[in-house]
Amino acid sequence: MAELKTNKEQRYDRQLRLWGDHGQDALESAHVCLINATATGTEILKNLVLPGIGAFTIVDGHKVTGEDVGNNFFLSSDSIGKSRAQAATELLQELNSDVSGNFVEEDADKLLENDLEFFNRFSLVISVQLPESVCLKLACVLWKASVPFLVCRTYGLVGYMRLAVKEHTVVESHPDSALEDLRLDSLFTELKNHISSYDLDSMDKKDHSHTPWIIIISKHLEKWLSEHDFQLPKSYKEKEEFRQLIRDGIRKNENGVQEEEENFDEAIKNVNTALNPTKICSSVEEIFSSEQCEIITSQTPAFWVMARSVRDFVQNEGNGKLPLRGTIPDMISDSDKFINLQNVYREKAMQDASVVAKHIRSHLQAVGKPAESISEQDIRLFCKNAAFLRVLHCRSLSEEYSVETINKDNITSCMDNPDSEMVLYLMLRSVDRFFQQHSRYPGVYNYQVEEDISRLKVCVNSLLQEYTLNVNVKDDYIHEFCRYGAAEPHTVAALLGGAAAQEAIKLITHQFVPFNNTFIYNAMAQTSATFQL
Amino acid sequence: MADGEEPAKKRQRIEEQPEKMAVDVSSSSSDWDGRWSHVQKFLERSGPFTHPDFEPSEETLQFLLETCKILVIGAGGLGCELLKNLALSGFRNIHVVDMDTIDVSNLNRQFLFRPADVGRPKAEVAADFINSRVPGCHVVPHFKKIQDFDESFYRQFHIIVCGLDSIIARRWMNGMLLSLLIYKDGALVPSSIIPLIDGGTEGFKGNLRVILPGMTACIDCTLELYPPQVNFPMCTIASMPRLPEHCIEYVRILLWPKEKPFGDGVALDGDNPEHIQWVFQKSLERAAEFSITGVTYRLTQGVVKRIIPAVASTNAVIAAACATEVFKIATSAYIPLNNYMVFNDVDGLYTYTFEAERKENCSACSQVPQKLQFPPSAKLQEVLEYLTENASLQMKSPAITATLEGKNKTLYLQSVASIEERTRPNLCKTLKELGLTDGQELAVADVTTPQTVLFELQFTS
Repeated sequence: MAELKTNKEQRYDRQLRLWGDHGQDALESAHVCLINATATGTEILKNLVLPGIGAFTIVDGHKVTGEDVGNNFFLSSDSIGKSRAQAATELLQELNSDVSGNFVEEDADKLLENDLEFFNRFSLVISVQLPESVCLKLACVLWKASVPFLVCRTYGLVGYMRLAVKEHTVVESHPDSALEDLRLDSLFTELKNHISSYDLDSMDKKDHSHTPWIIIISKHLEKWLSEHDFQLPKSYKEKEEFRQLIRDGIRKNENGVQEEEENFDEAIKNVNTALNPTKICSSVEEIFSSEQCEIITSQTPAFWVMARSVRDFVQNEGNGKLPLRGTIPDMISDSDKFINLQNVYREKAMQDASVVAKHIRSHLQAVGKPAESISEQDIRLFCKNAAFLRVLHCRSLSEEYSVETINKDNITSCMDNPDSEMVLYLMLRSVDRFFQQHSRYPGVYNYQVEEDISRLKVCVNSLLQEYTLNVNVKDDYIHEFCRYGAAEPHTVAALLGGAAAQEAIKLITHQFVPFNNTFIYNAMAQTSATFQL
Repeated sequence: MADGEEPAKKRQRIEEQPEKMAVDVSSSSSDWDGRWSHVQKFLERSGPFTHPDFEPSEETLQFLLETCKILVIGAGGLGCELLKNLALSGFRNIHVVDMDTIDVSNLNRQFLFRPADVGRPKAEVAADFINSRVPGCHVVPHFKKIQDFDESFYRQFHIIVCGLDSIIARRWMNGMLLSLLIYKDGALVPSSIIPLIDGGTEGFKGNLRVILPGMTACIDCTLELYPPQVNFPMCTIASMPRLPEHCIEYVRILLWPKEKPFGDGVALDGDNPEHIQWVFQKSLERAAEFSITGVTYRLTQGVVKRIIPAVASTNAVIAAACATEVFKIATSAYIPLNNYMVFNDVDGLYTYTFEAERKENCSACSQVPQKLQFPPSAKLQEVLEYLTENASLQMKSPAITATLEGKNKTLYLQSVASIEERTRPNLCKTLKELGLTDGQELAVADVTTPQTVLFELQFTS
């Protein structure tokens, strides 16, 4: 067992550094369903099988064609005529023996007819190249069952993804650049005492030049506040004055010339960071004021119990502030001074987290759940990430498709630029309409291209009319989509395969932030856009 | 658009060269009904967004299948994806260069490799896999360094795609392709241009660029885009560690050479678990001494090997976009990317496409004589530091030579120990003491370029 673990640790080392062992555990317990093993589909699964997803099931009633093998790496020419679900499962399974590969040789709509609940068992359902009518039907079922649904499509040089998830919560959003949580504008008692233990004037030269900038700034801020009616430096001019105050604190040698003290330079550079006011950002406020925070029941997910308890903390013990994050950036200092300062922050963070834990326990108790149903570790992680919590609410596909609830404003304003990626979305909707009327996509065979242009134009106009969209779709796009003939070029499929797999991993691990809710990729220009539709 | 015109002309030129046509004529026999129909729609139909030079024809597919020759540099995360993407887009004459062998930690994304392949050359295993999975495709592997090949090797390719994790190697390739350019009466001869598509990834971030050497921004034009490597100050490592990383660096840099735990002259090998275990234990001790927490085996390995996190998905995205660009250039079906795209999917999916600009006096591609301005009293050491630290030069171990009294004299060279020792005293000498004069030409060689860079020394007062 130990050996198995090391082997896995080595194999997954490069990704464990991104989502950690707990992220990997989540991935390994997930079961993903893929509908249709086209090139896009197998590329998505490849990028989930490699990092070690628990299990996948391919649902596909098609037989392998020569065209399928032409653009799909996970089908071989001797599988032509055989089940596409089975052939793809075999070659995907071969990538990673940790993964359980399954297949159902049936079309999604047939499956849905026979067993309405078939798809509800999965952690996530991904559909690829699924006709609109089936897609909408399935979306309804999954929405009711609260199963996340990722719709993917490669159409010529256009990639499309649509995420339909009622609610998705993220504790570890891993922001690229996060503001520090230092509380220099509102010192907590332990920090205040720690700063008081320093006397910059009486220090020897070595200690003076190895005092962390957090201390330097706090000391000078103390002075500033007493001279400025307890108002923090706010304007640019005040901040400059404050920087000068720090600069004046640099030691001078016997000749009155300032020494080189890099820690003071660092302090001057960090004035903005240090003066950044401690406040709760609007997206976290929004989470606190959402209704899931109001009433805790035995059914309430752990995320919301914790969010509510952090809110309790903020409103009571925290005096309007989140639990302290408890980390400080590296800075010039000798080891002892840095570690001591770091410990002041760490211990306070632990204290805050245990107060939050107390609230959690009382909420759990009130609804008759055991206190240990939320672990200490999870609570600490939640508190540490309190400023970065994210909750995603997607609109459903039926909202997007209904004449009453279509996001008309967004579409119309985007189409002010006739070459916005939005036009590609409208074209995708139009070729679906074409499919509805003609039971095929436009321009599949060379001889159809010319005559299908005018037919597709009819579809575009009827779409715009039905939704009373007052926008102009250039003829060039209509022609271009006929030229595509519903082709699924491998490189576009492969790009979507990478992008969709990463969104799937985000949904499964609850780390990083999924897109909301429509992603369009334009391979002609190498551009992309995300819309809320 | 001028930038886009060249590839099409290039293709015509290539088609006229019969000696390059001789590859794999029998390949069409391995085709089956419908095999290329996804690709053919883009080659045999006209469209409103095609390149102005594009003409729909059945010949373009034949060009891809039989003539077009692509070089893929790197058979790692991007390389594996690139080979698959190209093979399924109709390219059949592909060479791949990679000097690495397969490690277990590659298997989470380099999908052409299996546990049984660990230790084997990446290029060979990747080529074998593609050739057996995609009938008719002919990938030729080279288990070598890019520096092992000369101009005649690189000149045979129509397009080169890089999937590298090293900036030095990228710059070297860039320099190589620039050295192939021919200028006639000061004007660039278009047929001497070999387009370079370069992809890079790190965690959930990636970038892609299309370079037409001599025409669009080259790697060295935008060196500032690569952040310089951050090293901890030695005094922090030696006497005042604060982070677990500082403790590990202490063991790696100072303790290992002192204690020689695996014998004299045994260098620390990041791939040897016993070595890492030793560094890990000693780092724990060091950390305990300073009450520092957070040293783990994983972190130790990460610091020692300078590991960059990597996932399958980002590599898939970037390699796919790279291959799309190869396809555009090879077929003229669309105007290629002009010229840079960045990707990040940490928070939603973000891409940004822009035109990186050429640097007027780029030391690699500008044809503008490079100048070094120093007072005669400056020491050679200062010149050396300028060459390595200047943001637009960032050389690694420059070797400086000059012609003095008609003789070629090496002023400083680091890479050969005996010459380094002999030339080291020169570093403390002033330029004047070395006999250099105003307007003197200095030739600088470095690992970042296959060509010697010529600088004109200008004395300042």
